[in-house]
Amino acid sequence: MKVRYILPSFEVLRNESKCTACRLCERQCANGVHSFDPKRGAMVADDAKCVNCHRCVCVCPTGALKIAASNDAYRANANWSRDAVDEIYRQAQSGGVLLSSMGNPNTYPEFWNRLLINASQVTNPSIDPLREPMETRLRLGCRNVTIERDRNGRLKDTLPPQLELDVPVMFSAMSYGSVSYNVHAALAKAAERLGIFYNTGEGGLHRDFYKYGKNTIVQVASGRFGVFRDYLDAAAAIEIKMGQGAKPGIGGHLPAAKITADVAETRMIPEGSDAISPAPHHDIYSIEDLRQLVMSLKEATGYRKPVIVKVAAVHNIEAIASGVARSGADVIAIDGFRGGTGAAPTRIRDNVGIPVELALARVDERLREEGIRDNVSIVVGGSIRSSADVLKAVALGADACYIGTAALIALGCHLCRSCHTGICNWGIATQRPDLVKRLDPDEGAERLVNLITAWKHELEEMMGGMGINSIEALRGNRLMLRGIGMTDSELGLLGVKPAGESM
Amino acid sequence: MLKEGQYRNPSGCAVSAVIDRSGKPMSGRRMIDSIAVMHERSNGLGGGFAGYGIYPDHKEFYAFHLFFDDRAARKTTEEYILRHFEIAYSSEIQTRKLPTVTDEPIIWRYFLAPLPRKLADSHLDEREYVARCVNRINSGIDGAYVFSSGKNMGVFKGVGYPEDIGEFYRLDEYEGYCWTCHGRYPTNTPGWWGGAHPFGLLDFTIVHNGEISSYDANRRYIEMFGYKCTLRTDTEVITYIMDYLVRKRGLTLREAAKVIAPSFWTTIETKSEEEQREERFLRRAFPSLLITGPFSIIVGYDGGIMALNDRLKLRSAVCAEKGDLAFVASEESAIRRIEPDLDRVWAPAGGEAVVFELYGKEAAR
Repeated sequence: MKVRYILPSFEVLRNESKCTACRLCERQCANGVHSFDPKRGAMVADDAKCVNCHRCVCVCPTGALKIAASNDAYRANANWSRDAVDEIYRQAQSGGVLLSSMGNPNTYPEFWNRLLINASQVTNPSIDPLREPMETRLRLGCRNVTIERDRNGRLKDTLPPQLELDVPVMFSAMSYGSVSYNVHAALAKAAERLGIFYNTGEGGLHRDFYKYGKNTIVQVASGRFGVFRDYLDAAAAIEIKMGQGAKPGIGGHLPAAKITADVAETRMIPEGSDAISPAPHHDIYSIEDLRQLVMSLKEATGYRKPVIVKVAAVHNIEAIASGVARSGADVIAIDGFRGGTGAAPTRIRDNVGIPVELALARVDERLREEGIRDNVSIVVGGSIRSSADVLKAVALGADACYIGTAALIALGCHLCRSCHTGICNWGIATQRPDLVKRLDPDEGAERLVNLITAWKHELEEMMGGMGINSIEALRGNRLMLRGIGMTDSELGLLGVKPAGESM
Repeated sequence: MLKEGQYRNPSGCAVSAVIDRSGKPMSGRRMIDSIAVMHERSNGLGGGFAGYGIYPDHKEFYAFHLFFDDRAARKTTEEYILRHFEIAYSSEIQTRKLPTVTDEPIIWRYFLAPLPRKLADSHLDEREYVARCVNRINSGIDGAYVFSSGKNMGVFKGVGYPEDIGEFYRLDEYEGYCWTCHGRYPTNTPGWWGGAHPFGLLDFTIVHNGEISSYDANRRYIEMFGYKCTLRTDTEVITYIMDYLVRKRGLTLREAAKVIAPSFWTTIETKSEEEQREERFLRRAFPSLLITGPFSIIVGYDGGIMALNDRLKLRSAVCAEKGDLAFVASEESAIRRIEPDLDRVWAPAGGEAVVFELYGKEAAR
């Protein structure tokens, strides 16, 4: 007798009176949940296969479907959660490392929601963004300048190359391979229209997207996939990926199944081979090695492009950032432990790293204490969910934010956290042509443009309320924040006063 | 009670200034009359003046004005001063007792020259040496506060209405080619004289009306360069920003004005190529020194004044000229009071720096 240890997490609820058995759900579900039972003349569902991606619910023309969390329950136990038990069943069966996708979903303390924003009353005026100019434009890069004049006494432009953004938000690194061609197409088009940047991730740059180069950040990661002269030349900036918030300390693994001909060509690896990025860069075992790579990339591109170094938020992030800020890098990107991923070992994703809010606050403060904050801009990512998160990040000290998950949600992602299975029903984390084509790049770009435009409006409203008309006057302006429900040491780390305490 | 600096104290205010560009001295009485008109813009919790050209007989010495809480603080401070400076002359500042001005500290004036040996050993530029000594006294000696430290100029300030503070310091007995003044409407209740304005560093003084919303962004940035914002007022941080940009980085006043109150990007795009190049560079190089929120400031310095509004012009500022005289004030009435018949009166646009200097000063640069 075969015993099923792991019971379905979800239950597919079908309203039989609405269902017309059109079988659209069957065709749309790559997981094979739905099927037609000719004997009964009705649709049936295999709950065990459902990942709750909501595709069938969203496409059902009669609204007959609903997915519910299964109310089947193990005996209540405050110490042994259902997940903890299921994971043991799973490992006892497979002997393998557990894999997960997207960001850490667990109930760790979170700080964005414990920060409150200020507004003007009486002593200075708030500003109406519909009537007055409001600037969300900024530049990323090194700001260390020497003041030099030409022989007529005019100031010379001595600044190194910088990136100009119309909004302090960029699309963070997601490689072609981990996400589909159409995702990249949508991100690239949207970045161009928004005056911001998207990031290739470590999967190379598809030849079709070279035309978006001035809105593209190309990544150089430990596997060096797709890195060659044209790739570097095409980009507006180069990002060295040292780490990722979802999986600090380890590399990446794109399984052979996802290495289609196109992905293989873009990555410059054989079709159908696993793409394995080593845990460290094997030419960077210490900070002085990083400097060599930074300077090599600059040398290779004629010192015309800023170099970003992306690191995961880990315990010693202050010292790491200090080192990076002296490495010749122009931007440091910090990825928090809530950051998303196409696949990561569950234990790593759920237990390694620290919240980006704390990392950001400490890094900004440390760089100021050392007088080197002008050496680099700071970009943060790892669960930026709304314009309020962006605003709070900037007030804590960030120059701009990276969003990955939020961008994918705009494209239809329902956070079912099954990217690693490669059969994303929304055409996002998959290479299967029939699934990829479900995502229309033009419509996707439109939705991304809408999202960022909406956030821009919201940023302007909140800034105006504070009497600030330039995002640059918000950067590091921590008096505009107050903490609520935090310990003294958390407030101290964030450098904000408790709510209720005056100026 | 908490002292100024232990909390942040935003305030509304009145400002006024006058300069005789021919360098002819005028009595401080003029400024007292001007600021008195704007009585309603202050609330009796702070007033002050800066006079330029007032110490012609000691113009080669740094004139330090100090508040002491008690004799012990004075003794400690004088020991410190003697280790770093030669004292050419020192005395208590003569004041007039007024019923409206109370709880005054001990107020002294010193004319100082840095000890040549000490200065040489410090490997510092003379002005930086003096600035650091001021900073050392203010942050290191309890109960002592240097509130004026330039050459041939002086700050006079205290808790009270500005016109009363002017009478208290007997400013009608001083003569200078330029005066600025400030009446304060703080939204907290300071009892400390050091918290009044103008705020000065060397010959730079600033009077300011407004409450800036960029304060903490500006403060945290400027503190990277050795400044300590101990008073936590807007005026203090603006003074340090100007000092940093002009004295330490070598920008002109007008360039510094384009850093703190730059044109909007969309406006910059409409300017000439030459202007675009300059303004883009300044905004890109010093974005954290952009000041937002309402302000109208008057910067006083050796040989001139500069008036500047925030870029939205959220605070009033009026300029006027009459022959050699030039005026700036929060309200036109404050100018008309002392010069009813003006050649020209205008309100500068937001972010438009207006500079009035002694004749020949611009050419000498």
